Formats: sequence, structure tokens, C-alpha cells
Amino acid sequence: MANKILIDPVTRIEGHLKVEIEVDQGAVIDAKCTGSLFRGFELIMKGREPKDAQQLTQRICGVCPQSHGLAASLSLEKAFGVEPPENARILRNLMQGINYVMSHILHFYQLAALDYVKGPDTPPFIPRYNGDYRLPKNINDAAVNHYVQALDIRKKCHEMLAIFGGKMPHSMTSVPGGVTEKASVDKIVSFQWRLKEISYFVDNVYIPDVMAIAKIYEDYFKIGAGCKNFLSFGVFPQDKAHKSKLLKQGTYLNGQDSDMDAAQITEQVKHSWYKSETTGKNPTQGFTSPQVDKKDAYSFVKAPRYNGLPCEVGPLARMWINGDYRKGISVMDRIAARALECQKVVHALEEWILQLKPNEKTCTSFDPSAKCEGAGLTEAPRGSLGHWIKVVDSKTENYQIIPATNWNCSPRDDANIRGPLETALIGTPISDIKHPIEAARVIRSYDP
Amino acid sequence: MNKEFNRRNFIKIFGASAVGIGLAGGLNSTGAAESLNVEKVLPVLEKIVEDRQPVIWFQGAGCTGCSVSLLNTVHPDIAEVLTKIISLEAHQTVMASSGEQALGVFEEACEKKAGKFILIVEGAVPTAENGRYGFFGESPKGEQTILSWVKKLGNAAKAVVAVGTCAAFGGIPSAQPNIIGAKSVAEVLGKQVVNVPGCPPHPDWIVGTLAHVLLFGLPELDEEGRPKLFYGNTIHANCPRYFDFENKRYANNLGDDGCLVFLGCKGPIAHADCSQRRWNNSVNWCIGSNAPCIGCVQPEFPDDISPLYTKLPDEKIWINKSGVKK
Repeated sequence: MANKILIDPVTRIEGHLKVEIEVDQGAVIDAKCTGSLFRGFELIMKGREPKDAQQLTQRICGVCPQSHGLAASLSLEKAFGVEPPENARILRNLMQGINYVMSHILHFYQLAALDYVKGPDTPPFIPRYNGDYRLPKNINDAAVNHYVQALDIRKKCHEMLAIFGGKMPHSMTSVPGGVTEKASVDKIVSFQWRLKEISYFVDNVYIPDVMAIAKIYEDYFKIGAGCKNFLSFGVFPQDKAHKSKLLKQGTYLNGQDSDMDAAQITEQVKHSWYKSETTGKNPTQGFTSPQVDKKDAYSFVKAPRYNGLPCEVGPLARMWINGDYRKGISVMDRIAARALECQKVVHALEEWILQLKPNEKTCTSFDPSAKCEGAGLTEAPRGSLGHWIKVVDSKTENYQIIPATNWNCSPRDDANIRGPLETALIGTPISDIKHPIEAARVIRSYDP
Repeated sequence: MNKEFNRRNFIKIFGASAVGIGLAGGLNSTGAAESLNVEKVLPVLEKIVEDRQPVIWFQGAGCTGCSVSLLNTVHPDIAEVLTKIISLEAHQTVMASSGEQALGVFEEACEKKAGKFILIVEGAVPTAENGRYGFFGESPKGEQTILSWVKKLGNAAKAVVAVGTCAAFGGIPSAQPNIIGAKSVAEVLGKQVVNVPGCPPHPDWIVGTLAHVLLFGLPELDEEGRPKLFYGNTIHANCPRYFDFENKRYANNLGDDGCLVFLGCKGPIAHADCSQRRWNNSVNWCIGSNAPCIGCVQPEFPDDISPLYTKLPDEKIWINKSGVKK
């Protein structure tokens, strides 16, 4: 007989997530992901001064505020037709890049590792699921030490971001038109010197730890494949026109590489707590109207689809589309691709910091148009992020946001097709229904 | 944790941090700070060392930014906070357990540890539709909400600290149209709590408030429930650009030097010590990076302080350091 298991709350993530799985004969046969909190940012933005979006929307996520602020700034620059100076592009890459490094390290050590590494026997590390913690004592002890070391490294990443961003979380300086902070030599040097310690940690601690865990938990290269479609908006523009990016834009659908066209995106709400008339819209036309008593709905997360298909987003999707990683699609591939992306970005930062032109402009002033619209597409550390703004009479008329977690943790869509994480959970072996640690590993591999 | 517990180390660290975070009155210019000498507090510290204070951290309608900010604490660092000062029994982003097991920790706090733990709430509380905009912890017994948990935990706690502007005043989740009916923790519990606002709060404000509660009980609060120690003065009054303000050197465009009041700076009404303390190991701060203060520590944030990049009304700006109209 099948057993229903509720994992609520899913802890060690950013946000509120519930996962319900059905287990039969030792394996998951069905899964439902529920985003269990609605704050209503898209509604809050309406009627406000458009420029405020980059500050307010950062508060969507305390782990990747930088990306939300950037998406908002980009959408407004598109809408107003403003081109920020080159220094601003580089400063934004530096801030976004160091937050990638911070986020990936935080995800591995503080969020995901405790599913593989046995923590100390003190709260909040106990209670924990019983499970096959397989690491030999010396590797386990080292990983616990690195948990503490990673706390210090990620803190230093935030210091580096604050050098150009004013403060973190919720940085201040990326605004429509550029970056308010200057690219002065003292700041460049201060950033550069700290970067040495961070890249040393990535190369000599993070990557080896991931390799050690991947080797010992090798079976997780065969678990949690998911929908096998990828999407990336591309990130880290390398030229003024954003033609070339460190991680390129694209899709990988049904085994084929192709270009990305944002017009192919719809958000579906048959199983989400939103009014039915809001379903199937492209975000340029979409709107948000919650309905908490809706029948058959089970999540505040909408179901975004590309060409009607669910898509995985995040480091594995980006590295796959960019051709940097094509080993496989699984729990452990996700963890490995994230670490390799972190390494790629940390070394790119070493070059970008030298490209800044001290004392040249970082911000352009402009006269905002009263009626316009624009899309800001970027990649947060955990995946594709889009903001769409419509301005009428100099006020925000409509605002739509599709964050990464909407893609990865989406509920079923209008055609009852499961979201990527729901699909990835199917078939996962569960050895003890009271302690579904295998499911937890699949869930956290997405950095939900 | 690998760091061996060591009492002398603890005292050294906690003693040093108490000075570092301004408990000794070094940074604060309001006169509100207690003077604190390490010898006097040693016996108190030793008592705490023997019995780390249980803390339950609960996240409501927020973004986890306050938790991330706490991770940025420098002296003591977060590992020291967790291993030597408090016993963090539950925190959604940190705890090993999930699901029923994690819920059990919160439930046990309400039952067996009632009156013994400090509750820290991060995030606002959705109250509309009986709390149905924020579920937390469905079990075979049924659905539960952020609202029901904040009430249950808040009533069982020996003290409640609302960390961040969402928990302290409602913050962004309570901005118009507020269909989720987001409220502050004090409103939901109907009692005084210690508010440590900020979007996010500076880690020193969180650790310092906690230290005060542990060592001396409740700190002196202002009319908004904020410790005067950190929120006693406006940012404007101690701003390094006050000289620019006095001399009418104003920035006209974002990215310019000079006083930012014409670009919407909320420093004249924002009560916090950012201008002296600075952020992220003191490398920078908002106004220091030419970005106007958005007043994120205020109960008015964001609705009654918006638009963020528009100048405040004259009567709120043209005042002297003592708050008297010029």
C-alpha cells in the first residue's frame, strides 16, 4: 500500500516550501510541491514610482537580492531606453558574481551538506533524519570544519559586494542608469585582495569537498533527473550591448539546443491559488489575482512553461547550455555543476576587477518616459529571473516576476504536467518513510 | 562545531564584543547607553556559559535577509554566537531536521520549554483569511499557519524579539494593497515586544540586543519599541555629509557627491546608527556609496516614506541636529 509523506516545512532553503510524496514499494510514485507563502510583490508594485522597484523587489529574496535589483534595473533601462556606462556593466558583474560565489558556497555547506555530512550532536544539528551518512570519519570531520570556514568565506563575499554595493543583504547602488558607487582605486584594490582568499577556498576546499562527496554518493548521479529541459536567460554581459555573456542565453528542449525567445513563456495557474482567468499568459500580458479557496490548487507558485514545457533552471541548466558541463542530469550533477560554475565565476572576477576604469563615470542620468514597458532578464544564482514592468502616467501599471523557484518548484500546469522537482522526485528510493532523507537530497539539489 | 568550548575564550570574545558593539557607550552619542565594565559582568557571563540560552527563531512572511544579515556578524562571529552564547534550537534555514521532526522541535518548545526560551520572529504575519496566505507545518493533524504559530510560540516564550522591519512594523509585506493582512508581531500578540527593525537589521543590532536581554534584561526602548542604544538618533544627525548639508552642497543626480536630501534621502527621519557603525565589517554603508537612505528602519517603511527617490517634505528636512526647525 502506498504511503503519503508530508515534508512540511522543507528546511534549509530560502522561503516556505512543502513537499508531499507518495511512496510505494520503497520508491516515490507521486509528488507535489507547494509554495506555502504569498506576499504579493507584484500587487505591491502597482501604482508606485517605477524607480522604487529595484529597492522593493530586492526584498523578495534575502539570499539573491542583488539579482532582483538587477532585473528591476534592467527592465527599467529597457523601458526608458537608457544605456549605463561601461563601468556600471562591470561593477554589476562584480557584485552579481561575488553573490553567486556567496550563494553557491552557502548552498553547499549550510543548506545541502547536512544531508550527506553528519553534523555535531547539538541543536540545531539535532534532531536529524536517520540515514546512510557514508563519509569516513576523517572526511566527515573535515567537512564539519569547512562548514564553519564557509561561514567566514561567505561573510567576506558580502563584504566585497558591499564595497561597491553599500551594504548586503539588500544592496543600494545598482539603479536604473548604472551604479551610484564609484570605481575608485582603493575600492578596486580592497575587492581584489579579498578575492584571493575566496578563490583559494573555492579551488582548494569547495571543489575537493564536492568531489569527495560525489564519489562516495555516486548512486546520486542516477537519481533525480527531472524534466531534462533547460532554460537560461544568460548572465554576465561581456560587452556594452550584452551580445556576449559569460554564461550564454539559450534552451535545451527534448534533447535539442536552441535559442531562447521570451515570447514563448507562459505562466499557468490551474493548480495554483490564483484566479483561473489569469492562466496561460506571457508575463508581458500577465497579471496576479490570488484566490486561496480555489479547488484543485495546491501552491502559491505559478507554473511557468516554455513552449508549453516545464524547464529546469539554475547552475546545471546554465553550464549545460553554455557547453561547460554535459556529464549527466541528476542530484549529484546539479551539485557538481554548481561548484564548477562557482569556480568559473570566481576566476572571471579576477579579470573583471582589472577592467574597471577608475574615476570614469558609473551612472547616467536620464528623463524617464511617462509611458513605456520593458523586461529585465538575468540569472539569479539559483536560476532564471525575469521582471516585466509596464509604466503608464509615470506610475507602475503592472509588474510581473518569474523567479527561479517558480520554474523548478512549479506545481502541475494546465495540462496536469508536473514541475521539474516534482518529476525529479518520482522513482527516488525511500528506505525509511519516517526519515525520507533521499527525497530531501533531491529537493535541495535544486537550491529551492 | 569544531571549536572547542572554552570558558576563558568565551569571556574574552563576549567581553570584547560587548565593547565592540557599543554597549560600553563608545559609539553611541545619545547618552542612552549603559556603561558596562567587564569585571562587573563576569559572574553573569559565567552563569550564561553554563547554560546557553535556548532561542527559537521563527520565519514568517519575510525574505530570510535578516537571517543572512545575522550570518554577517563579525565580533562575535556566527559560529561563536551559535556555540557559545545561545542554543539555537530551531531556525528554518539552519536546522538539520525537516518535516514532522522539525515541527516537533517547535511543538516541544511550546510545551516542555514554555517560559524558558527567547522567541525571535523574522517576517510579518499574514492574518487575512485566517492566515491562509502563509501555511507552515501541515501534519496529519491538519494545516497550520504562520499566524497560529506566532501566537502559540509568542505566548509560550519568556521574551519576544521582532527582528527586521517586517516583524517589527509589518514592512513590505504590509504595503498597500496588503491583501494578505500582514501585521507586526506586536499587533498579533497584543503585547510589547523588542523591535530590532531594519531591512535587514545590522547584525550588531541583533547580537547586541540579544546580549542586553541575556545580561541585563530588556534594554531601554524608544516609543517604537526599538533599543535606544542603536536607534536613538537619526542618521542625518550623525551623517558625515551633514557638513555638505549645512553648506548646501547637494547631489543633483544619483552617483554625485554631496548631501543626498534632494535625491530622496530619508536620513533626516530614519533612526539608526548606520552613519557611525557602517555595514559589512564597516566597509561601506548606504549614503557612503552615494545611495540615498531609504529609511528601512522606520515604521513608515515603505508606504509612508515613498517614493524612495523623492525629496522628503521640507518640514522634515530643514531641522537642526536636535530636531528643532531651522
